[in-house]
Amino acid sequence: MKTYFRGAVAAIAVTAAVMTSNVVQAADTIKVGILHSLSGTMAISETTLKDVMLMLIEEQNKKGGVLGKKLEPVVVDPASNWPLFAEKARELIEVKKVDVVFGCWTSVSRKSVLPVFEELNSILFYPVQYEGEESQKNVFYTGAAPNQQAIPAVDYLAEAEGVKRWVLAGTDYVYPRTTNKILETYLKEQLGVAADDIMINYTPFGHSDWQTIVADIKKFGSAGKKTAVVSTINGDANVPFYKELANQGIKAEDIPVVAFSVGEEELAGLDTGPLVGHLAAWNYFMSADTPENADFIKKWKSFIKNDKRVTNDPMEAHYIGFNMWVKAAEIAGTTEADAVIDAITGVTVPNLTGGYSAMMPNHHITKPVLIGEIQANGQFETVSETPGLVPGDAWSDFLPGSKDLISDWRKPLACGNFNVKTGKCSGKGS
Amino acid sequence: MARYLHSFVLFLALIWLIPGLAAPAHAADDDLRAKIDALASGGFSQTAKQIQDLAATGDDRVVPALQALLAGKLYFKKAGKQVFITEKASGGYALTDPLTGESAGTLARGALKKIRVNNRLRRELKAALGNLTLLSKVTAVRLKAAEAVFKSQDPDTLEALVSAISKETDDGVKKVLEQAHAAVLLKTDAAEADKIAALAVIEDRGDRDALSVVIATAAQAEGALKAAAEKTATSIRQNLELWGAAQNIWYGLSLGSVLLLAAIGLAITFGVMGVINMAHGEMVMIGAYVTFMVQEVIRTSMPGLFEYSLLISVPLAFLVAGAIGMAVERCIIRFLYGRPLETLLATWGLSLALQQAVRTIFGPSNREVGTPDYMSGAFELGHLTITYNRLWIIVFSLVVLFALMAVLKKTPLGLQMRAVTQNRRMAGAMGIRTNWVDAVTFGLGSGIAGIAGVALSQIDNVSPNLGQSYIIDSFMVVVFGGVGNLWGTLVGAMTLGVANKFLEPYAGAVLGKVLVLVFIILFIQKRPRGLFALKGRAIES
Repeated sequence: MKTYFRGAVAAIAVTAAVMTSNVVQAADTIKVGILHSLSGTMAISETTLKDVMLMLIEEQNKKGGVLGKKLEPVVVDPASNWPLFAEKARELIEVKKVDVVFGCWTSVSRKSVLPVFEELNSILFYPVQYEGEESQKNVFYTGAAPNQQAIPAVDYLAEAEGVKRWVLAGTDYVYPRTTNKILETYLKEQLGVAADDIMINYTPFGHSDWQTIVADIKKFGSAGKKTAVVSTINGDANVPFYKELANQGIKAEDIPVVAFSVGEEELAGLDTGPLVGHLAAWNYFMSADTPENADFIKKWKSFIKNDKRVTNDPMEAHYIGFNMWVKAAEIAGTTEADAVIDAITGVTVPNLTGGYSAMMPNHHITKPVLIGEIQANGQFETVSETPGLVPGDAWSDFLPGSKDLISDWRKPLACGNFNVKTGKCSGKGS
Repeated sequence: MARYLHSFVLFLALIWLIPGLAAPAHAADDDLRAKIDALASGGFSQTAKQIQDLAATGDDRVVPALQALLAGKLYFKKAGKQVFITEKASGGYALTDPLTGESAGTLARGALKKIRVNNRLRRELKAALGNLTLLSKVTAVRLKAAEAVFKSQDPDTLEALVSAISKETDDGVKKVLEQAHAAVLLKTDAAEADKIAALAVIEDRGDRDALSVVIATAAQAEGALKAAAEKTATSIRQNLELWGAAQNIWYGLSLGSVLLLAAIGLAITFGVMGVINMAHGEMVMIGAYVTFMVQEVIRTSMPGLFEYSLLISVPLAFLVAGAIGMAVERCIIRFLYGRPLETLLATWGLSLALQQAVRTIFGPSNREVGTPDYMSGAFELGHLTITYNRLWIIVFSLVVLFALMAVLKKTPLGLQMRAVTQNRRMAGAMGIRTNWVDAVTFGLGSGIAGIAGVALSQIDNVSPNLGQSYIIDSFMVVVFGGVGNLWGTLVGAMTLGVANKFLEPYAGAVLGKVLVLVFIILFIQKRPRGLFALKGRAIES
């Protein structure tokens, strides 16, 4: 008993010592972790998100911070290295004592940090469209789930353009493969497309020679039925893909391409003249004509000191996520993880397209879905917008394994994958 | 002065009075103008109807308005909903009357709203413009119109086509018009015999669009017509298969030329000097960034030179990448000769450092490198689509290869390089400064990598990651072709390119690449020195 007692005292003493060393800092600031790659392959997309977070934090501090304390950004560089994401996340939470983390881009980086956030019970806001099939207590998904991007895009093409034949082209990794699996089921079951009228094609990361594939698309498109390409091609491979489309003279009027990973930022390195009319599906376009958006763009351009920089969808996702966190912390009266997680469900903040986004019990948010056509100036022009907000669906209704699953983190259910058929929570968060 | 003032006042009066003036001056155009102004209201499906209305007038005065709509230059005034053709000007947009073509002053951006078009409207517009311009005086416009009608296959155009064919004087345009006529005929309920005759005209065209028309016909027809259509489809398909093989060879050569460009520099640094240079890709990347810088300077100070930007970039990229290469050799590599593992690690580290340096200076996002006109677009050779950028890259890669061969074989520098790599001590004894030759050789290899970057900037992203995607392929080509042999590099690159392109349609891009790698591994087992092995004592040591 005595030894136990001594041990406990020692433990308390050590904890207290650790606490006080941090309390000094923690007393006047709230630390916000930013976990985006600033070097390596993904730096191209993620650096912008780091900058937008810094801007949001600066803006919030001008308004007086959160709960009367200033926010202090803590930036780390996981260098596009997936295991390093987990290490850096641990460093942020354990060593730097951040209260919330905004970060990750690729699904594999998110999967790599999940166990860390679960173990240390912290909060991650993930701002990128992803393949779904996941809902975790400590993670908030502010990007689009497949039903907030892919499925409305396919619906638009089928209705407005009368597309009967589909090419699903993607980069060979988890997001395109899962999305295409969902789309294939959706096309076959909901739109009655025959198996012959679907062509699926995968290419490696950074694929640069698109001649054969573009010729194949042309060939597939000459079967006398209206054809469209649904592209989940990611990252660097897009520029040579679009260049080849333009060179081989595939016009949007003949075979439109709708992309889920091409935004204003990706088009910045391209001459979009020959690409006018090709489409993208997002929840935000820089061209959105609202006062909130105009204000955001103005602040962004002055923050980054470059008049040519563009804004894009994941930036808006961070904007929404950050404001939600601020609001939830104010409701909870603390930035402690469990209290914020409980408080954030149902929190509603304005988005940049003139509406409001709400955090749902499955930790996804409601968003409008916009379909835009590429214009000659590198911007998108919205040609279709869902009439209301679409709630993000963590578990797709079009995959056999996940049809019966729902996610609800409110008590008493508090489960990320509750099977409505068996009435059981399968326990794992993801 | 007074005269200027006078016209200015008149001009002002015109702007103010246009709503009042327009009515009496163009009373006859009222109907047309109302139809054009109607474009200002309604959603996409209404706009489609309005376009059809305009096309149905058959009046070619509506052509400028429709063209402007297609180009996204048709706006309307928010107040009054009057439609104008616009052009960007200082202080807003310069307005032009869509019917008369007269200038109608300038308005701020905020007072105007663009009439939006989507893909469906663009199709409608192209079809409408096709119908309206079939009788244009310019041959090229008529040709474009005929192609547009072929694509739209609108049954209402049949009569217009018949009269256009009878008036047509140019043989090329006439042929396309007849094909368009045949395609439209297949959509109508004409007699079966006429339709079968039309199929023959379509078969003569023989491309993918023709195939598309024939398949659509076969799907709807019955009896003799269906049989005929299916027969035609098979014949077109067989023909296209043959062309497809030719196309694959062309794609293979073009991929090969890209591999060749990326690998030539490495054939010097790795092939001739034996340095495992993992930073080779970054030299390519630096070349691409030099091109970007050159274009930036040209854009801001001498826009007229844009067409020559690539020509100017070539020597600059060579010098910049070459200088960096020489500095690298002097500062790092020369201490590591004979220690391949350390060289590999050091140059790999160097490649990361160079990438990050570029990322810090230029930012992580892609940079836009413009394409000069002579490298954009494509032309048709039979049923082959040959894109100009690929054609020029093939030519360019061969020029670089032969220029390098000439340097190695015909110049004193080349002689010294070969001497040093074959027998360093002997060369030293003959008075060659071997250290200096090493630096220059490495600089030459790096410089050529820089030149490759100029060409690759035309087909790939100009981003800090550009080099990474080429480094593995470059090593593959050099090892496969035979280390130290430029002909081997040429044959190796082209073989791998063509093999890749023949595998891709069957195996897919991912598996195709794997298969090529497996093939190379097996090949190297059999012939460790590659396709063209050098023979002699220098190799054995």
